[in-house]
Amino acid sequence: MANLKDLKTRIQSVKNTRKITKAMQMVAAAKLRRAQESAEDARPYAAQMNAVLGNLAQGAAESESAPLLLRGTGKDEVHLLIVATSERGLCGGFNSSIAKMARAHANELKAAGKTVKMITVGKKGRDQLKRDFSDIMINHVDHSEVKRLAYTHAASIGKDVIKRFDTAEFDVATIFYSEFESVVTQIPTALQLIPAKFDAPEEASSTVYDFEPDENEILDDLLPRSVATQIFTALLENGASEQGARMSAMDNATRNAGEMIDKLTIEYNRSRQAAITNELIEIISGAEAL
Amino acid sequence: MADTMQFDLVSPERKLASVAAESVSIPGSEGDMVAMPNHAPVVTTLRPGYVSVVADGETTDYLVTGGFAEISAEGVSVLAENALPKGEVTKKVLEEFHRIAEEDAKDAAEHNSAAAARRIADHHDLLLRHGS
Repeated sequence: MANLKDLKTRIQSVKNTRKITKAMQMVAAAKLRRAQESAEDARPYAAQMNAVLGNLAQGAAESESAPLLLRGTGKDEVHLLIVATSERGLCGGFNSSIAKMARAHANELKAAGKTVKMITVGKKGRDQLKRDFSDIMINHVDHSEVKRLAYTHAASIGKDVIKRFDTAEFDVATIFYSEFESVVTQIPTALQLIPAKFDAPEEASSTVYDFEPDENEILDDLLPRSVATQIFTALLENGASEQGARMSAMDNATRNAGEMIDKLTIEYNRSRQAAITNELIEIISGAEAL
Repeated sequence: MADTMQFDLVSPERKLASVAAESVSIPGSEGDMVAMPNHAPVVTTLRPGYVSVVADGETTDYLVTGGFAEISAEGVSVLAENALPKGEVTKKVLEEFHRIAEEDAKDAAEHNSAAAARRIADHHDLLLRHGS
C-alpha cells in the first residue's frame, strides 16, 4: 500500500515541526525571564520619576507658564498614535490585538473628524496596519537589529516625538502596547503621552521641596525624559508580553502536534494491520485452491 | 540624629546602588552640593559629572550624564539618564557622551541652545579631567 509510506512521511514531518515549536517555546521562556527582569529593573526609575513629576505637575498644571508638554496645546485636532509591536511573528494574537486596538482607535478618531498620524515601532504591526493607514504613517522605527532593548532606543523615539510636537505636528500623542499580566494574559493598552498625565499623589505630600533651578525649568528638563521613560517602559512591557505570548502559542502548537502524531500513528498502524490481513487472506486462499 | 541616610542611584535600565550613606556629593546644575542626613528637601537637575557617595567611610564615584536628584531628610535618590561606576568609565565612553551631546545640540530648539552648550562644556571638562 502506497498509503503507508505517505503516512510515515507525514508523521515524521509533524514530529519535526513539534521539535521546532518545542525549542521555540523554551527559547521564549528563557527570553521571557530576561525581559521580565529588565522590566523589573526599570520600574524604580519610572516610579520615582512619576512621583516627583506628579508632585511638580500638581502645582504647575494650572499656571499659564507651564510647559506645553504638560498643558497640551489646548486643541485636540491632530492625534499621533505610536503603535509598538514586535519584530517577529509566531507569537499568537499578540501583534493582532495591539493592531486591532490601534485600528479601532484611529477609526474612531477619524469618524470624529480628527486628523490621525501614526508612528509604528516593530515590523509586524506596520505590516498589519499598512493596508488601511499607509497614507498617515509618518515614521517607522525598526528594531529588528536590536538584541537587547536599551534606554537609548526609547530616548531616540522620544526625541523624535518631541521634535514633532515642538513643530506643532500634533496635539495629542498616545502609545499602544501590550501590558504584561501573565504568560497567558497580555492586555493591549493605550497610554496618553502628551499632554502628560500623572496620577496625583494620594495625599498632598507633607514635604515641601526646594527646586533648583525653578520648577518650570525642572519641568522643562524632566518632561521630555518622562516621555522617553514611558516609551521605554511600554517597550519593555511589550518585550515581556511578546515572549509570554510566544511561549503560550508555541506550547499550544506543541500540544497540537502531539495530538496529530497520535492520530496519524493510529491510522498508520491500522492500515499496516489491514495490509497484513489482506496478505494472509491471499496466502490462505491460494493454499486452499491447490 | 541619624548619621546615615538611604541613597539610591537608579538609571532607566537598572538600579546601580542602594546603600546607607553618610554623605553624597551631587553635581547639581546650579553647582555641586553635598547632601548629608537631615538635609532640607530639594529637587535639583544634574549636569554631567560625578556623584560620590561616602558609605562606611569608603567613597564610591559614579559618572552621571544628566537627570535629577531628590533630596529629603531621610535620603537621596538620584535618577540619572546614564550612570556608570567610575571604574567602568573609559576615555571612549566619555567621548561617546560628548559626541551625543554635540549631536543633541544641533537638534536643540533655540531656547535650549544655552543649556546644550553648557552640557557640551561639561562633557568636555570630564574628558579633560579623565586624561589627567
